[in-house]
Order: sequence, then C-alpha cells, then structure tokens
Amino acid sequence: DVIMKISKAAKLMERMVNQNSFDDIAQDFKYFEDASDEYRDGQGTLLPLWQFRCHKTGRLAVTAISWNPKYKDLFAVGYGSYDFMKQGKGMLLLYTMKNPSFPEYAFSSESGIMCLDFHNDRAYLVAVGFYDGNVAIYNLKKATSQPSYKSGAKSGKHMDPVWQVKWQKDDMDNNLNFFSVSLDGRIVSWTLVKNELVHRDVFKLPEVGRTMHELEGLELQVFGCGTSFDFHKKIDYLFLVGTQEGKIYKCSKYYSSQFLDVFDAHHMAVDSVSWNPYHMKVFISCSSDWTVKIWDHTIKTPMFVYDLNSAVGDVAWSPYSSTVFAAVTTDCKAHVFDLNVNKYEAICTQLVAAKEKNKLTHIQFNPVYPIVIIGDEQGCIISLKLSPNLRRMPK
Amino acid sequence: ADVEETLKRIQSQKNVAGVIIMDSSGRAIRSTLDDEATQQHCLLLHQLCDKSKNVVRELDGSNDLTFLRLRTRKHEIMIAPDRDFLLAVIQNITP
Repeated sequence: DVIMKISKAAKLMERMVNQNSFDDIAQDFKYFEDASDEYRDGQGTLLPLWQFRCHKTGRLAVTAISWNPKYKDLFAVGYGSYDFMKQGKGMLLLYTMKNPSFPEYAFSSESGIMCLDFHNDRAYLVAVGFYDGNVAIYNLKKATSQPSYKSGAKSGKHMDPVWQVKWQKDDMDNNLNFFSVSLDGRIVSWTLVKNELVHRDVFKLPEVGRTMHELEGLELQVFGCGTSFDFHKKIDYLFLVGTQEGKIYKCSKYYSSQFLDVFDAHHMAVDSVSWNPYHMKVFISCSSDWTVKIWDHTIKTPMFVYDLNSAVGDVAWSPYSSTVFAAVTTDCKAHVFDLNVNKYEAICTQLVAAKEKNKLTHIQFNPVYPIVIIGDEQGCIISLKLSPNLRRMPK
Repeated sequence: ADVEETLKRIQSQKNVAGVIIMDSSGRAIRSTLDDEATQQHCLLLHQLCDKSKNVVRELDGSNDLTFLRLRTRKHEIMIAPDRDFLLAVIQNITP
C-alpha cells in the first residue's frame, strides 16, 4: 500500500516534530547547567525534563524500569499493580528520549509485570517477571506483542509474585539463562534450552517460623519470602537476597540450601539491594521501614543508616561515582546522597510529583547521560537532570 | 496500521499546521491543508527537495539526503524524502 512505504520517513518525522514541540526541554537536556550550584554549598537540584506517559496503561503503576545497555536513550518500563486486591493486566513499554509522546514498543500481558531486566549482550531480549508467578522473555526484534518464551504451571512457575529477574552469563552450552526471586521463597534459574524454558531451583530461603498453626500436630513450614536480589559484579557466584522479613542473605550459587551469611537488616520488607559498582565489598539496601542502610558484607552491622521519614521504594547507585546514590520515597520525594560531600544528610531532597494519592516506585540512573528516571504509582515516568553538584566525580 | 497511527499522532501534536504526502513526481497523495495550499506546497517543496538532493550528491557522490528542515520566522517546514515518496510537515514555531 502507498502509505506503508513511508514508514521510516514517518517515524523520523515524528521524532523531529517532538523535538520541536519540546524544544526547550531538549535544549535543557543538552546544555543547561545550573549555575547556582556554586552558591549552594554542596547541595544540588534535579531539573525536570520530559514526562513519559501513555493512555494505554490506564491506572497501572510503574513496577520496574531499566535502561537498555546498548541504546543509551532507550528504556523499558513495566506496568502492573502493587495492590493485592486490584490485580489486572500488565504492560511493557519501551520509550526513547527522542520521542517522549509515544512508546517505541508496547506489549500487553494478562498479569501485572513486577520486574524486568535487559540482557547485557543481546539488548533485544527482555526478561520479565509477572504477578502470577510466571516469567517470560520478550524479543524486541520480533514484531509480535506476545512473549517469545513463557513459563507455565507445568514448567515450574513460581507460586507467588516474581519480584526480581536478572540475566546471567550464558552457561557452558551457550544457552541463555536468568535467575528469578519470588515471594514463595525460591530462587530459580531458568535456562532457554531449544526454545523452551527449563527451570532449576537454585536456592530456597530458610524457614522463618517453625509452625504457624498447630492443628492436631499439623506443622506448616513458612519459607522466607524473597523481595529483591543482586548479583556481585565481579565475583560471579556471590549474590544477596532481601526478604520480606527484613533479613538479607548472602548466598553462593554453588550452595543451594546453605547461605553464607545473614544480615538482620530491616524491620520491614527489603525493597531493594544493590552492590556498589566500584567498591567490591559495599552494598546498599532500602526498606519500607523508612531507612536506607549501607553495608560492608564482611561486617554485620551497617556502616551508615539514613532515616528518610517515609517508606523508601527504591535505591540506586550512580554509575559515575562510587559515593553517590539516590532513593525515592512514598511521599514523592527523591533524595540524592553523596558520601564524599556529606555523610549524614542528602545533598538534594526534592519533591518530584504531586503529593496527593501518588507514590514514587522506582528510580534508575542513565549509564551515560546525567539523567535519572523516576516512575510513580500513576504510571507516569519523569526524567530529571542532575545538577553539577550531584555529579561530582571522586578524585 | 502503525504508519497510519504515527501520521495521526504527528497531526495531533500541537503546533502542527499541516501534513502532506506526495509521490516522486510531485503530485499530492494526501494532505491536511486545503487544495490550493497543497498544490502550492507540493510544487515548491518538490523542487526544493530535488535541488537539495543534487547538492548533497554533488558534494559527495556516496552521500544522500535524509532530512531537510527549513526554519522561517513563522513556521518550520520539515521534509523527509523516502525512496518514492515525500513526507512534509509544517509546524508553527513555539514562541
């Protein structure tokens, strides 16, 4: 058909028209540096840039964000619902900063998406974990809106929402594989063998309480529920798992029933754990108990504790500095810390979204540009530029 | 299809005055402007696009024109030539 042939030109044109409409934002993104930072005594600000939202997502909340490792302006957003009572469909949208008004790719699913991860080498593969316990792999190169591979009840899906998925290096037969952690206490390794997802239980979180009810000698074993995990950047087999009870377990891929160490980290569920990309021994954890804690994995007590006055949804290390990290809280504030500048307080605390009925859910730093993206409960993603004070490289 | 949606989105962006699709000979296939304006734009933009292509080719034989932007005081005209077609969008400049 006549119209089909101008698809490339139409796409290019849409980006140009968007660039014109958002011209001031595009200029700010490239060139604006807040000069008042010199007078602010170490404090910084976040400049709001584009807002990404799509009517297709309806009332879904942003449950996961991730930047593409190959195309630095492309990011994926998973939509779902954290509310136990209101479970509905899910969506996976991929936006590029070049076109803020419409997603590049859109996939819909029956169950809410809880987490996603891009493959490091093959940037067109996205692993996704769902609320109903399934995992799936989406292939961006294929034109379908359905996942390429999906787990099912027979192939060992989780019984509870999958909170996090992470790709691993290809195994010895060059098969793709990834790990997933879920509330049912299992950490499962999924391998793509001959177009099918095969699962292998890697770890089972230790029991928390021996018995919950004793009905005529009936013993129920309650396993710890995993809410987040992170693999060490250099030491391949080492990983951390955060649980709903507030403990963080340090485990190894080679031992499936014993963990190496446990940290009594928080009083409530651990929402996110993350190794520092530069310091091999340091990791950070955040929780709904209002705190963010920084640990050395050889020491049982945290090195730093920050109380942020509101449940912390997510915390992320910055890719350019070993001492900068950012956290978002449910009262719609974003906090940026730089341990080099101020060890006890944030160097930037800023209200990012309208306070009523909205909570911030996730934050991610862009690996290349001085930008963070923050997702909230109403399905909107805001991109913010970090002012120069927040971007100080350590000497 | 997807292309239709993209074109619809371009049209509905704020400040977009018109969208014209013409074929390689300069005849309008689709347009959101009235006939007279379409004819005018078609003729002139087609000639402009051809001339620009020649300029690029002459300066470097292996190069080719991918996009042309004409910014005037009142509007910005963006032209994206494809193999057999030409897509032109006129957008008002935000003050």
